[in-house]
Amino acid sequence: MAMIREVYRHLFKKRATVLYPFKEREKIHLPTDFRGKLAFYRERCIGCSLCFRVCPSETIEMTTDENGKRPIFYLDRCTFCAQCEEICPVDAIEMTTDFEFVGFNRKETLLK
Amino acid sequence: MSTFSIPIGPQHPALKEPESFTLTVDGEDVVGAKVRIGYAHKGIEKLMESKTYIQNIPLVERICGICNVAHTVCYTQNVEYLYEKSIPRRAEYIRVIIEELNRIHSHLLWLGIVGHEVGFDTLFMYVWRDREVVMDLIELLTGNRVSTAMNTVGGVRRDITPDKMTPLRKGMSILEERTKYYRKIALDEPTVLARAKGVGVLTPIEAIKLSAVGPTLRASGIKADVRMDDPYAAHDEVPFNVITYDSCDVFGRIIVRIDETLESIGMVQYCLDNMPSGPIRVRLTNTPPVGESVSRVEAPRGEDIHYVRSNGTERPARYKVRAPTLGNLPAVLEMLTSKGDYTIRIADIPVVVAGIDPCMCCMDRSIRFIDPSKEKEWVWSWNQLKKYAARR
Repeated sequence: MAMIREVYRHLFKKRATVLYPFKEREKIHLPTDFRGKLAFYRERCIGCSLCFRVCPSETIEMTTDENGKRPIFYLDRCTFCAQCEEICPVDAIEMTTDFEFVGFNRKETLLK
Repeated sequence: MSTFSIPIGPQHPALKEPESFTLTVDGEDVVGAKVRIGYAHKGIEKLMESKTYIQNIPLVERICGICNVAHTVCYTQNVEYLYEKSIPRRAEYIRVIIEELNRIHSHLLWLGIVGHEVGFDTLFMYVWRDREVVMDLIELLTGNRVSTAMNTVGGVRRDITPDKMTPLRKGMSILEERTKYYRKIALDEPTVLARAKGVGVLTPIEAIKLSAVGPTLRASGIKADVRMDDPYAAHDEVPFNVITYDSCDVFGRIIVRIDETLESIGMVQYCLDNMPSGPIRVRLTNTPPVGESVSRVEAPRGEDIHYVRSNGTERPARYKVRAPTLGNLPAVLEMLTSKGDYTIRIADIPVVVAGIDPCMCCMDRSIRFIDPSKEKEWVWSWNQLKKYAARR
């Protein structure tokens, strides 16, 4: 009963729910250093393997191409801890604010 | 007098997590309770032995989603104890801020759940709406709503810049006002009083005997808090009161948690005003020296204990986690047993179990003993373990 006034007050308030996936997408405000999907700048990479060493979830695998060792990312395993972004000495890895990524097969979530 | 035994769980609508309770009932009264744990064993400790110290931080964070900061603070300071290094003062303040924000979010979550369990869903809806304020603040500071990934061995990973302080201060004042309102509701609302007063009684003597921890212990009138008794991070400087309440029941636990939320809001405001400047992190080598250490942290649910043994390599040789819910389970069995004047009804079970803020999945580590030399393995009950410990 103590809450009855609060309940009446809320009859005239706007709803708190954001109708997210279908409407009101613009209402979602993400902070600037949100940890979302990884972005990888292959041309900056120097192949030091530090990201591979700190990754907790075996997202990163080191492969060899004509420039030397380069990582590939299995993003379906990523836990968004951003330790790779932090340790990268040349800023080749970046966390974007993109949080909506799914794929119908694992090739779509592979980042090279 | 005939009694029935009713099994509840491991899968049951009243429990959100897989746990099995066997309750002996006489009519509507519960006269005995047993718990069987181990349904959510995740193998985290073994997995930690195969990963490096820095790879283990996100893993430790996932022991418990809700009190993730308490676990990472405990883990990182445990490893720092191995190095015998202290971290910059600013990093310690940031740790306290994040930890207290986490406590606010956890306690508000629990208050909503208790509202739901006592059949007062209006409270649940409003509390969880206001909890979004603190979730947004955690997201602003750390980049994620729940998994903060803020602590690392040697300090914290992100600084709190001045432009983040304004929304943080504003959010704290909104939360303070709302939490005070919920305190008034809890004290006045007959629904809460009828379902929570005199339910789940745990006397102070029993609480100490059964080694209850956290708000469950403090609601029995015992003044025990790791932040006060054994200060870690910046808790030696940040002033706060240890909240106790002497009603020893679920109602006391509600009041203790609401007041602790208010204390946490005050601590965050103090930290923002008095945070020293300087670096936020020291770099440490990959391999800590040989040794072992134990660290204690006051998680939202109670005392969290971590143990690490290092053999000088970059991976821990042994890691052990005692999550707070394990300390509270013997106490909940005591609360679920009618004795003398105190009777507990079947209908009160959900609110009593929810009253300790159970987090079964972070607790499940079975006490299974393996003797490799004799190729023998056995499981011990709590009593057998105590007898064994007394004999030694």
